[in-house]
Amino acid sequence: MAGIYIHIPFCKQACYYCDFHFSTSLKKKDELVNALIKEIELRKNELENQTIETIYFGGGTPSLLSNNKLELIIHSVYKHYIVANKPEITLEANPDDLSKKRIIELSKTSINRLSIGIQSFFDEDLKLMNRAHSANEAKNCLKIATDYFDNISVDLIYGIPGLSNKRWVENIERVLSYKIPHISSYALTVEPKTALENFIKKGLIKNVDDHVAEEQFHILIEKLGASDFVHYELSNFGKPNYFSRNNSAYWQGKTYLGIGPSAHSFNGNQRGWNVRNNSKYIKSLEQNILPMETETLSTADKYNEYVMTGLRTIWGVSLNKIEKDFGNQYKKYLLQQSQKHINEQLLYLDNDKLLVTKKGKFLSDGIASDLFKINLS
Amino acid sequence: MQNLFYRDILMKNIRNFCIIAHIDHGKSTLADRLLDFTGSVTDREKQDQLLDNMDLERERGITIKSHAIQMDYEYQGEKYVLNLIDTPGHVDFSYEVSRSIAACEGALLIVDAAQSIQAQTISNLYLALENDLEIIPILNKVDLPSANPEEVTDDIVDLLGCKPDEVIHASGKTGFGVDNILAAIIERIPAPKGNPNAPLQALIFDSVYNTFRGIETYFRVFDGEIKKGQHIKFVATKKDYYADEVGTLKLTQVAKQSVKAGDVGYLITGIKTAKEVKVGDTITDFANPTTNVVEGFEDVKPMVFAGIYPVDTEDYEELRNSMEKLQLNDASLVFQAESSAALGFGFRCGFLGMLHMEIIQERLEREFDMTVITTVPNVSYLAYTNKYPDTPITVNNPSDLPEPSTLNRVEEPYIKATIITKADFIGNVMSLCIEKRGIITNQTYLTPERVELAFEMPLAEIVFDFYDRLKTVSKGYASFDYHPIGMKTSKLVRLDILLNAQPVDALSALIHADNAQNIGRKMCEKLKELIPRQQFDIPIQAAVGAKIISRETIKALRKDVTAKCYGGDISRKRKLLEKQKKGKKRMRQVGNVEIPQQAFMAVLKLND
Repeated sequence: MAGIYIHIPFCKQACYYCDFHFSTSLKKKDELVNALIKEIELRKNELENQTIETIYFGGGTPSLLSNNKLELIIHSVYKHYIVANKPEITLEANPDDLSKKRIIELSKTSINRLSIGIQSFFDEDLKLMNRAHSANEAKNCLKIATDYFDNISVDLIYGIPGLSNKRWVENIERVLSYKIPHISSYALTVEPKTALENFIKKGLIKNVDDHVAEEQFHILIEKLGASDFVHYELSNFGKPNYFSRNNSAYWQGKTYLGIGPSAHSFNGNQRGWNVRNNSKYIKSLEQNILPMETETLSTADKYNEYVMTGLRTIWGVSLNKIEKDFGNQYKKYLLQQSQKHINEQLLYLDNDKLLVTKKGKFLSDGIASDLFKINLS
Repeated sequence: MQNLFYRDILMKNIRNFCIIAHIDHGKSTLADRLLDFTGSVTDREKQDQLLDNMDLERERGITIKSHAIQMDYEYQGEKYVLNLIDTPGHVDFSYEVSRSIAACEGALLIVDAAQSIQAQTISNLYLALENDLEIIPILNKVDLPSANPEEVTDDIVDLLGCKPDEVIHASGKTGFGVDNILAAIIERIPAPKGNPNAPLQALIFDSVYNTFRGIETYFRVFDGEIKKGQHIKFVATKKDYYADEVGTLKLTQVAKQSVKAGDVGYLITGIKTAKEVKVGDTITDFANPTTNVVEGFEDVKPMVFAGIYPVDTEDYEELRNSMEKLQLNDASLVFQAESSAALGFGFRCGFLGMLHMEIIQERLEREFDMTVITTVPNVSYLAYTNKYPDTPITVNNPSDLPEPSTLNRVEEPYIKATIITKADFIGNVMSLCIEKRGIITNQTYLTPERVELAFEMPLAEIVFDFYDRLKTVSKGYASFDYHPIGMKTSKLVRLDILLNAQPVDALSALIHADNAQNIGRKMCEKLKELIPRQQFDIPIQAAVGAKIISRETIKALRKDVTAKCYGGDISRKRKLLEKQKKGKKRMRQVGNVEIPQQAFMAVLKLND
């Protein structure tokens, strides 16, 4: 059981909040695709015959690649790896790339899941974030996409300066009206060195208000819960059988290969990451060299990652798993560290599972770090 | 072989000297050059600032302990022994300096050719002159482009009444002038006088703790000699010992059969704690004691008190062990167990001054791996109650101050402060000192540009951010020295801080009533800045008695979670949270509020 993530580092324009790796220069698209295929081939032995269950095109904006190119990449995965019978193959796509024609063509490829970056159905929000599409494009593309794809995920952003609770509810209800089975919804985050940070510093955009973000988070949980969505990860909601299999693998510590510039890989013990630069990535692979750095995780690192990701999910942190994988000492430590938060009703124990309460959800990073094991040096 | 050769050195061929210099004026570097030039160190042993052998001393470029080293030098066909006693350069250690000076016949006065004479230098110079030391003025760093040799020479001539050609030009960096300094040491500093046949009289000027050998006592013999195996007595402590080993201090110790009148050496007696060896004490023969005790002995008293607590309450015993070990080689550190409602068990410690306090905290962290919280420092007050208006109660801790209703009066220690600054900054320095409740007592122009100001002010005001502010208002061109001058009645109140409506005793401070409003407000603001937001609102209040004089609120944390956590985010995010966790480990939970280590010292940083 393993997944492959393929990073497509191109965008038409830069969203003001984004700190992922991408380039708005599309000149090297062909070379990059060649390099991706080369990397897929060079790493064919890494998975040691594990079956590929999911393939995920993320970005950047993967929908900028033609269907042909996407098929070419998928083909190379099939050629060098064992792929499961019905793999989940996801394409992240932006509404402005999803014309009716394109959607129909895509539906004929092996891609069977779309993750569409809607973010909002209001032009003022989209402009404020410098998204490439309009509100109308967003609505049209969903209308069509649902006719051709069953498995669709939509991204929504809340906590945008100026986004009222009323408009937020309208955004959620509009997504629900399309009968979309999966929603990823993120609190707008001001990342360092982004345009958004700069505008806020200069006073051009009002700062994100944590209080409003928290309210909108709870509105989201309530609305989606009422429509039978399962809140299975902090920012992810799915109907049963529609959880993202690819992303769930990250939170369950499963093996994944990350292909492309800046992509991360993990095999249970080691994490690797590719160079975060398109030209360097391409050059290196032209010389058959993997542009990757790796780190080996210590026991404490693995424990910390499990706690950190576990607390974000519906699966929580399993005490049995902690004991089995890390030993009784770790289990004791975890219980001892949790007590304060259990008392404050931020965490609770459900049989074997340690979970975050509703009140604790929006504070779960701080809680996780309290449960961390570190050596003071 | 060399040692054999020098074994029977005559008193007339011994020179004992110390170095007086301001921090950064190049004392340690010049000392290194002297050792180099006399061949006292081999190339293999060379490292910068040889005499400052604590890491902390090297890093900070300051001398904390006194050191001594013996050099052999041949001058005009005769062999000489030169004993250099290196002294601390900070006002916190002025007693140690005075004892080192008492062990010498001469002093090198090192003055930076670019910076001229500083207050600390002058006060130590006066001390040396009082002890009739021969002063050799040295103009150091003459190779610097910013050097101003003519003007600084004039300053020195004015100060010492010497002739301009008596000032030696030197550079510790290049070694220039070192030969002239050595010649001057031999020609100008008198040989020690003393009676080699009289009963033993030696002065203790320092001691060092050695894990394997116990306390090593450094001494200067005035009369008689100290022999291996001799039954000796320390006059002030009245304890007697057998001299297991005596010797002289080269870069490493050289054991001898005896150390004779005029010379400097070390003594090992199996003493285990530094407290038994008091700087300034006299060593004499047990059976045949001297009738002349070396004058000037004082029991060093701590000037500043603060609580030291382990960040993790479980480390209390370990902290006690560490403090005891520190005390083995730093007799000036005193402590006793105390407990705080907020912090649990810890120690109230007495320090020579603020630098000494910082050093202890840093040594605990470095040498003993202890993470500690140091509480707001205070000086030692005397409180008198209405019931017993003549019986002083020593107040070393804000919680010791009697209830305001029962209080008759409080006395606080005063100092005489000497500040030397450029004429341009007189106004700034005066306003600062007046703000600090100082009263000017004297103003002297040393040169047309340099002024010496004297103030009487409360010692407590020096503790609270005085040095830093002085540096700021004078753009670095002010130097400062002080001496205690006794107790004066004062209007003192205890400022309490409440977090979440609970008083936190470790944040209480004793301050002058007139400053309470201002300091209370600044404390609340500073704590708001230093205490991280938590999952609930935290009111911060400052109070005097039952009266709340200031208030701030730390708003609750609403959002503490990253929106995205996918394959590429996990590692970065884990590292970020690990860093956060490390920060939290240095915090102390009081009630349900997490308080970072540095918040306990907030009162010292109110003007940052």
